[in-house]
Amino acid sequence: MDVENRKWQWAAHAVLILLSLACVLPFILLFMASITDEKTIVANGYSFFPSRISFSAYEYLWNQSSQIFHAYGITVLVTVIGTFASLVITSLLAYPLSRRDLPGGQFIAFVVFFTLLFNGGLVPTYMVYTQVLDVKNTLLALLLPWLLMNGFNVLLMRTFFQTTVPLAVLESASIDGAGEFKTYYRIVLPLSLPILATVGMFQGLAYWNDWNNGLVFVTEPNLFSLQNVLNRIMNDIQFLTTSGGAGSSQALAALPSETFRMAIAVIGVVPILIAYPFFQKYFVRGMTIGAVKG
Amino acid sequence: MLVPGLAYLVLNNYLPLFGLSIAFKNIDYSKGIWGSDWIGFDNFEYLFKTSDALLITRNTLLYNAVFIVLGLGLAIAVAILLNEIKNRFASRLYQSVIILPFLISIILVSYLVYAMLSTDTGFLNKTLLPALGIEPIAWYTEPKYWPYILTFVHLWKGVGYNCIVFLAAIIGIDGEYYEAARLDGASKWLQIRKITIPMITPVIIMLMLLAIGRIFYADFGLFYQVPLNSGALFETTNVIDTYVFRGLMQLGDIGMSSAAGFYQSVVGFVLVLISNYIVRKINKENALF
Repeated sequence: MDVENRKWQWAAHAVLILLSLACVLPFILLFMASITDEKTIVANGYSFFPSRISFSAYEYLWNQSSQIFHAYGITVLVTVIGTFASLVITSLLAYPLSRRDLPGGQFIAFVVFFTLLFNGGLVPTYMVYTQVLDVKNTLLALLLPWLLMNGFNVLLMRTFFQTTVPLAVLESASIDGAGEFKTYYRIVLPLSLPILATVGMFQGLAYWNDWNNGLVFVTEPNLFSLQNVLNRIMNDIQFLTTSGGAGSSQALAALPSETFRMAIAVIGVVPILIAYPFFQKYFVRGMTIGAVKG
Repeated sequence: MLVPGLAYLVLNNYLPLFGLSIAFKNIDYSKGIWGSDWIGFDNFEYLFKTSDALLITRNTLLYNAVFIVLGLGLAIAVAILLNEIKNRFASRLYQSVIILPFLISIILVSYLVYAMLSTDTGFLNKTLLPALGIEPIAWYTEPKYWPYILTFVHLWKGVGYNCIVFLAAIIGIDGEYYEAARLDGASKWLQIRKITIPMITPVIIMLMLLAIGRIFYADFGLFYQVPLNSGALFETTNVIDTYVFRGLMQLGDIGMSSAAGFYQSVVGFVLVLISNYIVRKINKENALF
């Protein structure tokens, strides 16, 4: 039996180490590319062990690129506001739904659940946001469409409230004269940190990584998030390399260098890598308890 | 308390449903959306007469079918292996590392793929292939490689997250089952087949149902960003979502684009209902609703 156990341990470690390497090596390649000397990349391509190291891309980033930092600022701003707003409205909706005594609760739960099954798709949503709300080229365009709240998170949070906040506590709060809002704010939320952290992380990631709203609703470079800048650079390169023709090599030369591009990508991903470990312990717990069923 | 959330759902999810009618109209901006003339199924007729309709449907369905089978299978396997790891520190470390790809944007993924595949400077063409004695390949103009590349990227990005979902389910299994099985002399392999898999079947079915319901929806970012929107690759990279997007943003063909979107929403919805109905017939407990 023990021998069998040990074999399994070895096999599991071996497979997981290989998988982990596959997951982490591309990031290392990206980072190495960002600190490689530009000429070395042109000659030898991207490499894990560049023959010449240079930090000039980061120096350039630090000294020259107010545009990049502006985009960085937009990303941070949208992530902070969006995550906060979405936690507020998600939990505000999830709390009453978690109460069995909510009149019409079943119907409202269905209204939320239905959004997971059926939607209008890109074109009508685009129409609503451009024609009805006119968010094009405003900060709201980065905050509102698709991202602010979704039915999945509402149901996840509702289930968590139902299973972890004891009914007796809610009842005693109401006997002590706490109104519904006070109960929610003073009792339910503090008891629900794991799910708030989980949903907050999902939302934070969604806002930090969002490029779609920027691509669809923003043409004003001042409102570009970091992802949109990265996207724009990549598109330009693709356009120039495939269209070929006269002058394209010149235009290509005017683009940010390969190392610089990779440096921007690196500063875009580092905050996620730093923040994730703080959320990890909540993550598995939040997922386990909140696992949904409509 | 309900108001802000519901208001948002109305705005973001329910109001666009009326816009589905765009698919049946000949949009004329001078008359506005509501004032434009009804043209019945003309947009659809036009769409299905092009060769695009078949291609994007085929691509969307095939990719998603492969993603569901391989994605869930791999995630379950990894979750089972992760659960075997007794060293807590190592287990934590593996979990953190394999979820990394899930955390980054698809734009970043496209940068990573570009670093690997770029024709002039990519790691494969410059380092790996020469070492193996193979000629460089122009990845971004050769459609035949992309089904493999996209499947690989999809699995790479998604396995960490899905495996955490399964791991959460496996951790929830009562240890006494394994205890009893061990006393009876069941091998690890037998325990996995007879205890672990049956116990997590509800989660597997739930995720599968959700995935089948979305089988008409492709991951737009994956199919648009990772191949860098390269026209040479459309044969194997164009899916309904990228088609709708290009129709709306680049060609301005709202009629056909919304017809494709309508087709997607409605068929997707019907598929959820059918698959849920089938699961209900087999085992009521496992059904989604």
